[in-house]
Amino acid sequence: MNDCCSTDTGVAILESPSAPRAAGKIRTVALVGPPNSGKSTLFNRLTGLRQKVANYPGVTVEQHFGKLSGIGRSDLVLIDLPGIYSLDSYSEDARVAVDVLHGAMPGTPAPDAILLVLDSLHLRRQLMLAAPVLALGLPTLVLLNMSDLMETRGGEADTLALAKELGVPVAKISATRGTGLDAITHFLDSKSQLPTSNSTTRLELPVVGNARSYRQWATGISTRTKYKAPLSSEWTRKLDGILLHRIWGPLFFLIVVIAVFQVVFTIGQPLSDGLGAILNTGGDKIGGLLGHTWVESLLIDGIWKGVASVLVFLPQILLLFLFIGVLEDSGYLARAALIADRVMRSIGLNGKAFIPLLSAYACAVPAIMATRTIENKRDRFATILVAPFMTCSARLPIYLLMIAAFVPNRHILGGFFGLQAAVMLSLYVLGFLAAFGTAWLLKSSILKTASAPFILELPQYRLPTVRSLSLRVAERGKVFLKQAGTIILCVTIAIWVFSHVPSHTDLPQSLIGRLGHAIEPLIRPLGFNWKIGIGLLSSVVAREVIVGTLGTLYGADPATQSLGLQAALRHDLTLGGAMALVVFFAFAMQCTSTLAIVRRETNSWKWPAIQFTYMTGLAYVAALATNQIILLFLR
Amino acid sequence: MVEALDLPDEIGHHLMHMGFAPEARVVVIRRAPAGDPTVYSIDGFEIALRRETAQFIRVIPQPEGQS
Repeated sequence: MNDCCSTDTGVAILESPSAPRAAGKIRTVALVGPPNSGKSTLFNRLTGLRQKVANYPGVTVEQHFGKLSGIGRSDLVLIDLPGIYSLDSYSEDARVAVDVLHGAMPGTPAPDAILLVLDSLHLRRQLMLAAPVLALGLPTLVLLNMSDLMETRGGEADTLALAKELGVPVAKISATRGTGLDAITHFLDSKSQLPTSNSTTRLELPVVGNARSYRQWATGISTRTKYKAPLSSEWTRKLDGILLHRIWGPLFFLIVVIAVFQVVFTIGQPLSDGLGAILNTGGDKIGGLLGHTWVESLLIDGIWKGVASVLVFLPQILLLFLFIGVLEDSGYLARAALIADRVMRSIGLNGKAFIPLLSAYACAVPAIMATRTIENKRDRFATILVAPFMTCSARLPIYLLMIAAFVPNRHILGGFFGLQAAVMLSLYVLGFLAAFGTAWLLKSSILKTASAPFILELPQYRLPTVRSLSLRVAERGKVFLKQAGTIILCVTIAIWVFSHVPSHTDLPQSLIGRLGHAIEPLIRPLGFNWKIGIGLLSSVVAREVIVGTLGTLYGADPATQSLGLQAALRHDLTLGGAMALVVFFAFAMQCTSTLAIVRRETNSWKWPAIQFTYMTGLAYVAALATNQIILLFLR
Repeated sequence: MVEALDLPDEIGHHLMHMGFAPEARVVVIRRAPAGDPTVYSIDGFEIALRRETAQFIRVIPQPEGQS
């Protein structure tokens, strides 16, 4: 899962055109536009790639490259940029866009042409960006995106009149539906043949580059071209009336969260169990064919059991991502940030930090990247430092495993809410509290600042499309399978080998057994045995690895070989130890990808080092406390 | 109607480019459940601001829509 997570997203994947720029020859085209105007959706259409898209401003925080193969122009490179309101760079993500446009971004060629994507629903304001962009003097095509929506809502825009006013071609498109894209092909064809003469007609741009004159200019144009704004979406207002209501709003928020967890258990658990049963019978069948040899031991007891123990959680993880997808695509996420602003403020953070923190539920790496939208640097660092406390999906396998093994499946709250889901939810809350407590500590000590203004644009609600949701879920499934097929596979092989060297009959005497017993005194007070200790060591690479390691270790141990992993754990751990283990995982920093991205985004090893020490120390103390308290109660 | 922004340049410019420019019409849509921030509508966009920021935006009240 850490793969979601490769640290070098997008930078310089394609060889940049190194030849000197021939006049009028287009090689690179940049997508420019205000936030949430649909640039990345268009990018995906035009390149056939799958950059993340969602319905809130600030999804794209760095430049991405792709060949324009979607429209048969693989010779051209398209650059997707973070959304901007102007060419002033207010936040980190906007700075990226502005630097690329000015050719000041190392490793990124300056664009030769621009596709300016404007949301046609709000053309009057979106046109303000056209002034500084056209002033760059590059061949530009203005695209009025979401024109299908605009027209169904009774809006009108005259592309010919606009083109006349702006001095550049204008076309209506719908990036979601893929209509009107031939205008882009046409534009690129005509521009790459003609040498750029001073064909650009004289264009009257506002002389003073301030917002006021841009606004007047934009208003003038929209009036002269008889732009008619569509009726604003009625149901966005109506829905907000409920979802941002004083009482219903927070209540709805709570119900959504509870429902997500409940579904992960009531629907996800049977699916996972079914998958587990299939994988087990499959393993046994193959094992039977191989006979009782060391090959069988390595393949079945080692690799198959190890990898399968992680794979079974695939259905539950996909379900969770389906929910996250619905929240992000519908536009609810920005509302959640608005509701949470009050809480965020009380700990000294900006409400905007809530969006990265929420996306950290999937994975901390993109969340840390998403902090680029936070304008204040100290707020941004504080958010980066606490983001790994949020329960990322890599923690799910160990949580689900321990809960299924140790928590009885009982109903509470009148049958509406299961005890297992409740324990799961409290683990999420625990991570949340740790993040908040730490943020408060940071903000009242080393990262103290005056609070930055909270400025958040609320997108209109949209119905998530089946296409985009299934793409997301499929993408996530691929990442998960890849992780299982690479890192987890390698670790299980290593664990199997070291648990059979030097002696293959006596597990405690093997290399891994000795290592485990050597560290056991340190973790004994937490209620962990040596196998868990090995699991903890291996999970420094990535959290879900522990499940694979335990699967292999218990599979390799003759005493527990015949039991399933859950039964083996029940046999071997106390309730205190089991709960201490999940608490340890709630707090500990066990993810090399996160450490790498923190190093990159803060530009120093100091922050990841502090983060690692603090989180691991906290995890140890909290796990110790959990185990001792439970022991006390059970006595 | 917005009259002027008494905010530091950087933030002021940013807000202006988001639509809070002089002569723009701002309508209060609703307040967040906790009473703050407030959602404003400007040029058909909805933008949420905290009171601590919004108080520095000078406005001229207009007949039908308040502030």
